[in-house]
Amino acid sequence: MERAGVFQLGNCPSIETPALLLSTRKGLPHFISPDLLPSLPLPDSSLLQVSPLHFLEGISSKTISSIGGLHKMLGLNDYGLVAVARDSIQCLPESSATNKLGASFETPCGRALIKPTEYMGMISSLRPNLWATLADEVPAWVSKKRNKISVDRTVKWLDECIALSPADGVAFGAIVGGSDVEERRRCAREIAKRNVSGQKTMLCIEWGSANSLKFEGVEVPLRCVFAGYWIGGFGFGESMDERPALLSVVTDSLPKEGPRLISGLGLPEEVLQGVAAGIDLFDSSYIYHLTIGGFALTFPLDTKTNTSDFKLTGMGTDHTKINLKATVYRHNTHHYLGFFQSIREAIKEGRFNQFQQMFVEKRRNHLAEVAVCA
Amino acid sequence: MALRFEILGRFNRARAARLTLPHFVCQTPLFMPVGTQGTIKGLTTNQLEEIGCQIILGNTYHLALRPTSELIDELGGLHKFMNWPRALLTDSGGFQMVSLLHLADITEKGVTFQSPVDGKPMLLTPEESIQIQNRIGADIIMALDDVVKTTITGPRIEEAMYRTLRWIDRCIAAHKRPNEQNLFGIVQGGLDPVLRDVCVRHLVERNLPGYAIGGLAGGEDKDSFWRVVALCTALLPEDKPRYVMGVGYPLDIVVCSALGADMYDCVYPTRTARFGTALVPEGVLKLKHKAMAEDTRPIDPTCACMVCKNYTRAYIHCLVTKDAMGSQLLSYHNLYYMMQFPKGDVPEWVCNAMEVAGIKISSCCASFSSSPDLELEKDAPTKKFDDDEVAFDSN
Ligand SMILES: [Zn+2]
Ligand SMILES: [Zn+2]
Repeated sequence: MERAGVFQLGNCPSIETPALLLSTRKGLPHFISPDLLPSLPLPDSSLLQVSPLHFLEGISSKTISSIGGLHKMLGLNDYGLVAVARDSIQCLPESSATNKLGASFETPCGRALIKPTEYMGMISSLRPNLWATLADEVPAWVSKKRNKISVDRTVKWLDECIALSPADGVAFGAIVGGSDVEERRRCAREIAKRNVSGQKTMLCIEWGSANSLKFEGVEVPLRCVFAGYWIGGFGFGESMDERPALLSVVTDSLPKEGPRLISGLGLPEEVLQGVAAGIDLFDSSYIYHLTIGGFALTFPLDTKTNTSDFKLTGMGTDHTKINLKATVYRHNTHHYLGFFQSIREAIKEGRFNQFQQMFVEKRRNHLAEVAVCA
Repeated sequence: MALRFEILGRFNRARAARLTLPHFVCQTPLFMPVGTQGTIKGLTTNQLEEIGCQIILGNTYHLALRPTSELIDELGGLHKFMNWPRALLTDSGGFQMVSLLHLADITEKGVTFQSPVDGKPMLLTPEESIQIQNRIGADIIMALDDVVKTTITGPRIEEAMYRTLRWIDRCIAAHKRPNEQNLFGIVQGGLDPVLRDVCVRHLVERNLPGYAIGGLAGGEDKDSFWRVVALCTALLPEDKPRYVMGVGYPLDIVVCSALGADMYDCVYPTRTARFGTALVPEGVLKLKHKAMAEDTRPIDPTCACMVCKNYTRAYIHCLVTKDAMGSQLLSYHNLYYMMQFPKGDVPEWVCNAMEVAGIKISSCCASFSSSPDLELEKDAPTKKFDDDEVAFDSN
């Protein structure tokens, strides 16, 4: 079930969920120079997703440690940095090469097999605010047997990662299971059992802290401290129609308190499916892909919402082609953050279902029109 | 005339001045970064202001091709188009044609070149160059000159100088906005002091708002280079700005300023950034070098720029090998460096020039830093870059 909340991470300002994490390359958001990041709406844009695999070459873990970790290296002390191996752009899991020792990824530095110990070595030197445990993600079409193995490995690696976890930072337990409802449930339950955070409680999520927030009739403590979950294995060939069942079986098996981060749901329709199933945090590789393709987001935001916070005036000022990508990217990020704001408003006002329906319908009609014109 | 030039301080031939242009009050000596189509790759106009940039140079040739001067005019001029409140300078377009399109042919009418769009022969006349620049609307516009390679000798140099003088009159006649835009004449004459002398005297008779020393930074030796600058600055009027075109390296700027020049432009800081090189007081720093991978110092510990305040050499090294953000951050630092006035070790030829300027700096000519990660550019050729900034981001 959809839910709205407030998410607080380290020294980063608290932000309302459902929320978007900005994707990065080597820790810095794409295209936008770090001194210009504050031009994006704050605090909505203060969560960044970083892939440790981006640092496989060019800089050693030892050097990163001596610089003092990611925040220092990037000069972004007020940002929440979330480490997930897969970036959904250049670093993608290669399940056929993954084995019992570690997870395999295609990266710009070639194919790399990452063992839990190596992964935790990177996490320990990067010291992100939050990190997901290593997962064996498989595409939707693998055999039942391979899918089962992926769940077993992911659970085993979680134990190994947690055992090696650094003193600071918060772990999110990885959940896989491909497009098999039973495996998804099994994995979610196994991970939920393990109380991912242990005693490390840097993160707190305050559900219903604002009086106006309705929370689906569930009694939730006003302020409970808990780590959360990272949901992987989506965006790998599962169909739009089978996804809602796969998502809800996971979220139904998880305790209500933990925040849920997902990778691989990019399109607005997919985000809405995730929100409907109770996902709180999403990656933004979609915006990157749109921008690279030369597209600007233009879908209308919820008409009921006042989007004046996301005014785009002054954003489209570099008209020349050279800085175009940065400008389009900024526009798209603004627009997508606005979309998330609309989602939150709709949830708080108890009309998320209508919002989702109307949005999907409107965009389908719009896309059909565009197709006719083309 | 749409400028005011007030000298605020002098040291022998060197001077510091306030140059009041329609869009900005500048402090000279100053360096102008080159923004091919208005923008400087990877940097926003806000960043350029923050760095302290006072004038941006726009390439008329590129702007005329895209977005076209007519469109810029329609949108209210280049200042509005690129959202840059401070001063702008446009070149005549001639140099770009001669250097980019090697097929260009110069006749009395103008510069004939093959259109890069459809391959048809096109003609850029002095009148047309000024008309285009009037539409673009920069604070300073440049006369079309007959550009020859500095290293060429013989009658062609003389021909080009006299043609440049004939063209300046056509430029002046064609200039429709003298109260809003300042037309600068360009001194030509190669390395020949007599030709340079003739050219300066004839240009000065026209009482232009400012003068440029052209035809340098084309591969001539440094001794010839500074002598031409010294000669021209001595002959040019005291109360007008002097602009040395295509210069350059921090050291060249120090020398030319000591000799009484005020303005410079070069693609070097941004271009070298794209190859992973940072400008530092000791020379240049190659961030691609593998020794950088473990260097946790800033690019330049004495630099106060955003990049040096936040990033280590190791992280920039990690970025420069593959990511656009690496050259973006390096461009930022390099332009910041150029806006501060360069200081550092001074080679022999500089001392020679300084002696003429009446500045004794032989004592500064101590040994160069022997740090292995630093590569000094003391013998860098005075070569003007073929400006290839027209190439777009491919990713
Ligand atoms: Zn926009
Ligand atoms: Zn710097």
